[in-house]
Amino acid sequence: MAAKKEADIRFSKFGTVSFTAITKVNDFVDFLEQGKVMGSRCKDCGLMFFPPRADCHNCLAGNMEWFEVTGKGKLVSYSSLAFAPIGFGDDLPYTIALVDYGQYKVFARLSPGLKPEDVSVGMEMKTVANRLPNGQLNYVFERA
Amino acid sequence: MGKVAIIGVGQSSFVRGYAGSIRELAFEGFREAVKDAGITSKDIGASIICSAPEYDKQRSPAGVFAEYLGLVPQPTCYLESLCSSSSMGLRMAYSLVASGLHDSVAVIGFQKMSEISSAESQERMGRGADIQWESPFGTMMPAYYAMYAQAHMAKYGTRPEDLALIRVKASTYGQINEKAVYRKAVSLEMFSDPGSPMSGPVASPLRVGDCCANADGSSCVIVTNEEKARSLSKKPVWILGLGAASAPVNLAGRDLFTGLSVARQAADQAYKMAGVTPKDIDVAEVHDCFTIAEMMAYEDLGFAEAGQGKELIRAKETYKEGRIPVNVDGGLLSKGHPIGATGGSQIRTIVLQLRGEAGAMQVKNPEIGLVHNIGGVGLYGNVSILGR
Ligand SMILES: [Zn+2]
Repeated sequence: MAAKKEADIRFSKFGTVSFTAITKVNDFVDFLEQGKVMGSRCKDCGLMFFPPRADCHNCLAGNMEWFEVTGKGKLVSYSSLAFAPIGFGDDLPYTIALVDYGQYKVFARLSPGLKPEDVSVGMEMKTVANRLPNGQLNYVFERA
Repeated sequence: MGKVAIIGVGQSSFVRGYAGSIRELAFEGFREAVKDAGITSKDIGASIICSAPEYDKQRSPAGVFAEYLGLVPQPTCYLESLCSSSSMGLRMAYSLVASGLHDSVAVIGFQKMSEISSAESQERMGRGADIQWESPFGTMMPAYYAMYAQAHMAKYGTRPEDLALIRVKASTYGQINEKAVYRKAVSLEMFSDPGSPMSGPVASPLRVGDCCANADGSSCVIVTNEEKARSLSKKPVWILGLGAASAPVNLAGRDLFTGLSVARQAADQAYKMAGVTPKDIDVAEVHDCFTIAEMMAYEDLGFAEAGQGKELIRAKETYKEGRIPVNVDGGLLSKGHPIGATGGSQIRTIVLQLRGEAGAMQVKNPEIGLVHNIGGVGLYGNVSILGR
């Protein structure tokens, strides 16, 4: 009897608490381990996706390649939380934020070292891979 | 295609910790609407049961409610678009009636949020966002709307005190709405008083006073064709225009952060269908889950230019005596926000206003009213325009 194939649940490593274990873009987590934040680009029509996706809704195809999120973006907005959902309390205080790279935007947190009073809308930011105290992986914004 | 009317509206009191089961809660709004319409359960051709899922143990509540409300064997189904579920229900009821498939449909909204803790409730609401890519960062509804507030302040110079003024207005009417969950006054000073719970931080720049009151509640709207409305109702209220839209769930997929694209698109559709403009609206109910949401609604609905919403509230133009009265029933902020019941309650308020039956909250002789109901953080948007 053949051994049962083990499920690829790499995505359960993403974020303080992951709500998704299996996705066709599981390689995203391996890139994070290597310090890279990656989006996906449709090889047929050139659309760039962040967060990455396995399928292009424009071409109805899955002919994708990875690209790395590099360079500077502009801070669109942010909010610092005084309360957290269940499972996130140990991370408080933290600040969620959105950064615009022009062709795509990235939603994440500010780096724990950055206080909300240190940033303002329009400020230039960069996105970096991050390991959380509980061993999970995510990405955060730092001043560019 | 004939006109479509609303001939009955009802809602339960919005309360914390409703002392009954969800079918009993639904019965309260339904009974009021059926009595209001002067009909019986047998006159209702179909029912649409609306709520946000995962707050109850009951799977598929539609069948359970239909039996309890005496709506068996008529067809029934469950519908959800989070906080705008019952406005989406109105849209579906309109199409069932306008198509001729049914001559009357009951839209029943409900939510019993008190069966789970506030933290669990926030966690569920957070999962109404993108669970694969955003929820793992620890997102919550207030924090998302707070990001819109931060962007609005940065672009337009809107101040936290402007948002607080919206809460002060809501409390003015919450105090005179006997069905509201929050009946107390809120003053501007409370927002700067460290001793007041209203000043406590939630998600910057939003404070406790900027956030709506969770509640348990139910609502019901009875929709009929023109013939039935004219034979059954002395004061039918007509559905003049309906608009609805969706937006990317992930904020990274959006382009607008100082307003809600779904509200703008739904409003455009509804104004066009009704053949009216923002100036024609005499009274409005908008989705003020947070104070910033009402501020953006002023602008998205065309009551004010983009960035000028603050002038409306500073000049008290959205009070009962103002140019465009908004949420003169206390809104979600003070009346309360039992998610699936909210849209039906907003519709009820406008119907009562148009009939001249809104009591202490009555605005002067309105002819056209508008309901703006948003699901998630601008994920779903419905705008409905009603007239006498
Ligand atoms: Zn493509």
